[in-house]
Amino acid sequence: MESGPITGPVLTDGTAGETHPRPADLSGVPATPNPAAGTGAIGGTFWRRFVFRRPLAALVLQRLGLSVGLLFAVSLMIFGGIEALPGDFATTYLGQSATPQAVENIRKDLGLDRPWSERYLNWLGGAVQGDFGTSWASKNSVSEQIGNRLGNSLFLAFFAALISVPLAVGLGMLAVQFRNRMPDKIINVISLAAISLPEFFIGYLLIMFFAVKWGVATFPATVYDSMSFIERLSAIALPVATLVLVVLAHMMRMTRAAILNVMSSAYVETAELKGLGMFRIIARHAAPNAVAPVINVIALNLAYLVVGVVVVEVVFVYPGMGQYMVDAVTVRDMPVVQACGLIFAAFYIFLNMAADILAILANPRLRHPR
Amino acid sequence: MSDYKDYLTRQVMLGKMNRREFLGRAAAFGIAASTAGTLFATSAAAQEPKRGGHLKLGLEGAAATDSKDPAKALSQFMFVVGRNWGDMLVETHPTTGAPVPALAESWEPSADAATWTFTIRKGVKFHDGKELTVDDVIKTLQRHTDDKSESGALGVMKSIKEIKADGDKLVLTLTEGNADMPLLLSDYHLIIQPNGGLDNPDAMIGTGPYKVASFEPGVRATFEKNADDWRTDRGYVDTIELIAMNDATARIAALSSGQVHYINRVDPKTVNLLKRAPTVEILNTSGRGHYVFIMHCNTAPFDNNDLRMALKLAMDRETLVQRILGGYGKVGNDFPINDTYALFPEGIEQRTYDPDKAAFHYKKSGHSGPVLLRTSDVAFPGAVDAAVLYQESAKKAGIEIEVKREPGDGYWTNVWNVQPFSTSYWGGRPTQDQMYSTAYLSNADWNDTRFQREDFDKLLLEARSELDEAKRKEMYRTMAMMVRDEGGLILPMFNDFVNAATKQVKGYVHDIGNDMSNGYVATRVWLDA
Repeated sequence: MESGPITGPVLTDGTAGETHPRPADLSGVPATPNPAAGTGAIGGTFWRRFVFRRPLAALVLQRLGLSVGLLFAVSLMIFGGIEALPGDFATTYLGQSATPQAVENIRKDLGLDRPWSERYLNWLGGAVQGDFGTSWASKNSVSEQIGNRLGNSLFLAFFAALISVPLAVGLGMLAVQFRNRMPDKIINVISLAAISLPEFFIGYLLIMFFAVKWGVATFPATVYDSMSFIERLSAIALPVATLVLVVLAHMMRMTRAAILNVMSSAYVETAELKGLGMFRIIARHAAPNAVAPVINVIALNLAYLVVGVVVVEVVFVYPGMGQYMVDAVTVRDMPVVQACGLIFAAFYIFLNMAADILAILANPRLRHPR
Repeated sequence: MSDYKDYLTRQVMLGKMNRREFLGRAAAFGIAASTAGTLFATSAAAQEPKRGGHLKLGLEGAAATDSKDPAKALSQFMFVVGRNWGDMLVETHPTTGAPVPALAESWEPSADAATWTFTIRKGVKFHDGKELTVDDVIKTLQRHTDDKSESGALGVMKSIKEIKADGDKLVLTLTEGNADMPLLLSDYHLIIQPNGGLDNPDAMIGTGPYKVASFEPGVRATFEKNADDWRTDRGYVDTIELIAMNDATARIAALSSGQVHYINRVDPKTVNLLKRAPTVEILNTSGRGHYVFIMHCNTAPFDNNDLRMALKLAMDRETLVQRILGGYGKVGNDFPINDTYALFPEGIEQRTYDPDKAAFHYKKSGHSGPVLLRTSDVAFPGAVDAAVLYQESAKKAGIEIEVKREPGDGYWTNVWNVQPFSTSYWGGRPTQDQMYSTAYLSNADWNDTRFQREDFDKLLLEARSELDEAKRKEMYRTMAMMVRDEGGLILPMFNDFVNAATKQVKGYVHDIGNDMSNGYVATRVWLDA
């Protein structure tokens, strides 16, 4: 198993594991319905038939149901976490300049003097109706501000993914093609070097050479409303390059390992002995079996590109979600932290679900449990 | 007078003042221009401010949580934003700290300094075209003094009993005499807003030299020139762009690549590297902010003055200024006032590092065992290093200090002003009176050294309403000695404000009032193409 990047996304076991409950649910004993779904007698039979006929739709439904529960749990945990942090909004927002009177005024104004359960339910009541409230600190609508910041984050993540995913898969295949020869080794050394450097260091190196010494790149990468699309692209060039370098090795090495793994298995040998062409073997036999772990790593990295890039945002002065949430946590701005946390959790859940569905589509064996 | 000339000359020598500034100030005090001639023999011809251009500043201290309401401005970023779009009644003089008329044209105290009458300037227009009236001023001050106010200036405004108009004049009645009243009104929260900002405190409409064109909290703010500005000696550039850059390295990279013209908060550790860049100029200004180690005078073991004295003498101040501030600062003398304050008591002997004397006092105190010092880099940049250096210098006096590093998050709530011995930071205040009232008056909320002396409190109140400056200065001297010799404050250093600009930026005014030319940087400089 390869080692994950130190500051990059966490590498779980690529083929199975917590992020990947498919083997347990679908390739397990078929007669057992999911315990999380309704287990009443009638519902049970219906659900069992539904699972049998439309396994994919059942999976999606089941995951959606679970994710709603997960989001509740996440919101409760975030709320508890903020409560457990020392100091509340009033004291941390005013910092050293807090006077008892000003603190009291803010507390009363925001209802911080009420018990936490009441405040949580109050917030929840708004949130299920899609009202995330207003930021305590800036008094602006949370949804509106997040809309802006999320757009920026997705913009950056999209272009980083657009470059890094094909590049990683391509390089991984190239490495397999030239396994243990010079190109493979060069690709491995360079990608390991990139993964070993912390992302802020890569960022600073790029800034030093491209912005300060040669003056060819735009810095800072601040984007704002009145910018044209081309200006935006030029602004994000350096952060995208940094992110690509950070996530590339992870995906590339997983692609290489997965394909190598499959290529050495018995059925590929059988196919070869049957006299099938190389392309046909890879496309029909090897690829569907190798794609599941690769998709999972890609999904993890995509999630990381959206939610885990706060360091890159700070270094390049990019107004994304990460910085927004960190600012909010620092002053315990609960509505903002909650909204950011839920969006991040939703992204992880969605990307993992998408990865599972894609894996099943690619490998029909997973659809019909033995 | 010759003192002032010396001061100006020193500023020139230090490169802190150009010929134009010198001539302007020297002329104001009747100093012969010949002095200037010799001083500037080598420098280029005097410069006239140039108008126009787009000024970009990369500033630390912005957050997505910043509020547009000036009453709630806290960060460095919002401080500059407010200065660009708004005016207070009173400003402070950049080098003397004396009150200077702004939206108040003039003012007059009553004999006991308890009633102040301000004449409000006429013909000043807000950005929305409305004319400034005394009513706007009254509403603004009322908004900041209201009991329910969340204003950062609430502490300053508490001493005002009544705010009313007398024709087109503003009359303030105080709970007790205060000779510094005009200076208190220069607080940066007290921007005069139309109707006091009661309609919309977040409108960012004022009388300042620039109108807000766009504002994204924690990201960016842009400004365009206010064509109707009531002053002509400011607002030289056409447009201003403030960019939030919270990363120190990002600021330095942006400045040295010429993407911004000015940055704040240059790290003392890297300032010498930045200095080497040919296009960059370091701008450091003496300030009133100070890094402190505070002991609670009423908590064992610090209730023993011999122990406090031992700990004061065990501090190697020169080393701290060099190592923690990179030389960009001045040593402190254990009272919170330096020579940038008006009525500074001169001639008080500088306390120095003296391990023998410290050991003597330590023995006399009868204390044994380690002394626990709590610290965090949140207290001031380099606080943990400073604590360790202090530990070493105290060791030579036979005093054992145990340094405990506390989490930065929540430091101001859980450690500062709670634990008996910790590190902290104080920004300056406009007056000595305010500094002492904020943190050394027995019942002050922020009396973080638990310094409780009735005679000190009495003296402070007397000095406040004393209009005779000589008497007042003598009182401040006595108070400084009390804090220095018996207080719980160890003040090793006053930090300079270290900023940097490209050489295109001209006319920078070193203002002792606060960082970044007292926040006025964008309105005072011009760009030399």
